[in-house]
Amino acid sequence: MWRDAWTVAAKDLRIELRSRVGVNQVVPFAVLVLLLFAFALGPDRKALASAAAGLFWLAVLFSAVLAVQRSFAIESADGARDGLRLSGLDPAGIFLGKAAAVVVQLAALEVVVGAGVVVLYGAHMSGVGLVLGASALGTVGIAAAGMAYGAIASGLRVSETLLPLLLLPVVVPVLLAGTKTWDAALTGHLANGMPWLRLLALFAIVYSALGLLAFGPLLEAS
Amino acid sequence: MTEESRTRSGSGAVTALGVAAAMAVAFTVWLGLWVTPPDAFQHNLVRLLYIHPPIAWVTYLALGVTALASALYLWPRTRSAFWDRLAGASAEIGVVFGALTLITGSIWGRPTWGVWWTWDARLTSTALLELLYIGYLALRQVPGSMPGRGKRSAIAALIAFADVPVDHFSVLWWRTLHQAPSVLNADLNPTIHGSMAWTLMLGFIAFTLVYGWLLAMRYRIAAAKDATEDVALAAAVAERRLEGGTAGIVGAKA
Amino acid sequence: MALAAHLSAAVALADQFPVLAGVDLDVAEGEVVVVQGSNGAGKTSLLRLCCGLLPLTSGEAEVLGVDLGRDRVGVRRKVALLGHASFLYDDLTAAENVAFALRCARLARSGTAGALEAFELTGRVQRTPVGRLSAGQRRRVALASLVARAAPLWLLDEPHAGLDAHARDLLDSAVRNAAAAGTTVILASHDAERSLALADRVVTMAGGCVVASGSSAAPRALDANGTDGRMAGERTLAEVPHVA
Repeated sequence: MWRDAWTVAAKDLRIELRSRVGVNQVVPFAVLVLLLFAFALGPDRKALASAAAGLFWLAVLFSAVLAVQRSFAIESADGARDGLRLSGLDPAGIFLGKAAAVVVQLAALEVVVGAGVVVLYGAHMSGVGLVLGASALGTVGIAAAGMAYGAIASGLRVSETLLPLLLLPVVVPVLLAGTKTWDAALTGHLANGMPWLRLLALFAIVYSALGLLAFGPLLEAS
Repeated sequence: MTEESRTRSGSGAVTALGVAAAMAVAFTVWLGLWVTPPDAFQHNLVRLLYIHPPIAWVTYLALGVTALASALYLWPRTRSAFWDRLAGASAEIGVVFGALTLITGSIWGRPTWGVWWTWDARLTSTALLELLYIGYLALRQVPGSMPGRGKRSAIAALIAFADVPVDHFSVLWWRTLHQAPSVLNADLNPTIHGSMAWTLMLGFIAFTLVYGWLLAMRYRIAAAKDATEDVALAAAVAERRLEGGTAGIVGAKA
Repeated sequence: MALAAHLSAAVALADQFPVLAGVDLDVAEGEVVVVQGSNGAGKTSLLRLCCGLLPLTSGEAEVLGVDLGRDRVGVRRKVALLGHASFLYDDLTAAENVAFALRCARLARSGTAGALEAFELTGRVQRTPVGRLSAGQRRRVALASLVARAAPLWLLDEPHAGLDAHARDLLDSAVRNAAAAGTTVILASHDAERSLALADRVVTMAGGCVVASGSSAAPRALDANGTDGRMAGERTLAEVPHVA
């Protein structure tokens, strides 16, 4: 399983490096979302700074939908999805590998968006450890849930429109907990973030387990 | 045929269920609107008490049944189209009652809280649940051949169901962890006594019966639709074999 | 003699349409079978059923000892399919695509160069992302991935399509070498001339069924009732002439 996961993750990341869809499209999209929030909320830096945590996670969630769709678009071009099923790879390994590749891409994206939040909204990072912990756990949770729902929606003719509808209500706990943890870190009340950090960890574990179990049957159910 | 006789005996029970549900609802309406007294504080608004909690209960019951049926569908020993149809039928009713829960709650909230909507924990998590299952129904609508579609839907239902407690508690914390309950969270639960308690209990029974009847009817429609597809399939196989001129060799297999 | 594939009254559906409407076919190990038939006869579906992509709805299907009615995943490691789609990743180079196929099959990536060279993909072509290659070159990369996997059963769907005369010769010799080494090959084609030269046996499909089966020299047509005294597709190995 781990070997297959590594094979798939390496393949996906290599394709991303080569095609640069993430760098050329997803990251600019996330930055654009940050700008749009500022237009929607007005140029008041105080209001933006107080909303910074939530806006960061919203930008990440929207980008994650794109990243998951991209991850499955790779497999649907030229029958590669059938190729993946025929490859004999362990489905749990495919799930782990693809989720890991999305985690890596989202982590890179979060660095940019995080910098954007600090620069554009004037957010002040005081608890760096908490910020990093929340981002790591939240990203794993988003990627795991995204892969599970990506597998459900992929191969359907309406996958582009169906995936956000299925995925976004499910990742609401990540949005809430991620925002609260970041808020705690940005305002310096680090202790307030701990229960939310635990919730993020719980979410990541639950959805990784569900994805590992469900990915194989889902790959077949199309 | 056994299939036909089963349907027929089932239809008698369903009719009886429908009659019982209609009578229970009529009785609830009568008790709720004419027999029970208005509340000291909420006046006639309190009459929403007889339908709002029962409707919310049916919502959760329906979605619970969907999760259970999906799990039984995925369990290899109990896999049958029965559970798939039941899960779909129950989810549809659950979404309708979920919408009714939000609407009745909103109607109750407007005069009580002064607003149609408030970011109350229970309201918010119910709305989220509603969207979660609207997504599930959207997924079910996507055409596909049967073993695959059933499995996909069942897995989606279970993943969504796993999210219900996480969603619920995170929303609850979100609304309560850092701020004291605000003025908006005024107590909606009036003191219940005598005829009111009986009416409320009857309301629960009435709406549960309605749920049962709707479920049976919706299930029957789904089964009839599947049966139509099976007939069409047998015809399609025969027709396909004729294309090759081999209809006589092995005999039609359905 | 062991059978590589045994299908009996196999029915398979795609989107509620019976693409296979009761196929009877036995393929012996090491046999090269060419499946003929017009468009929509069910040739592609037959191959997809055999590699476990298409689920079996009713009837029997056993491929390389795996019962497809019960387990259609177990067979996949043992078969190699060349489909209409090439299963290649556009952004990876030819060499990377073949190496990925090898890794998936738990084989050493050192086989990459040999497989590519067998289809005369050398030098710059190996290092070019396959998205930039011509259709014929992509087809050759797909063939190289397939050959590299060293599977005991090859399922080739219109393998000659899109290849030039030279590449077709390369393909034919790859099929002959594999057959000589004991690989079973099922090849769907309506390019009769090319395929017949490779075939031990020709099977004709129509309407999602096998309607005729015979040696490559003269595919025997069934009589008007579609019966020839035995089940379509049934044939002892002794009757199958081997192509040298």
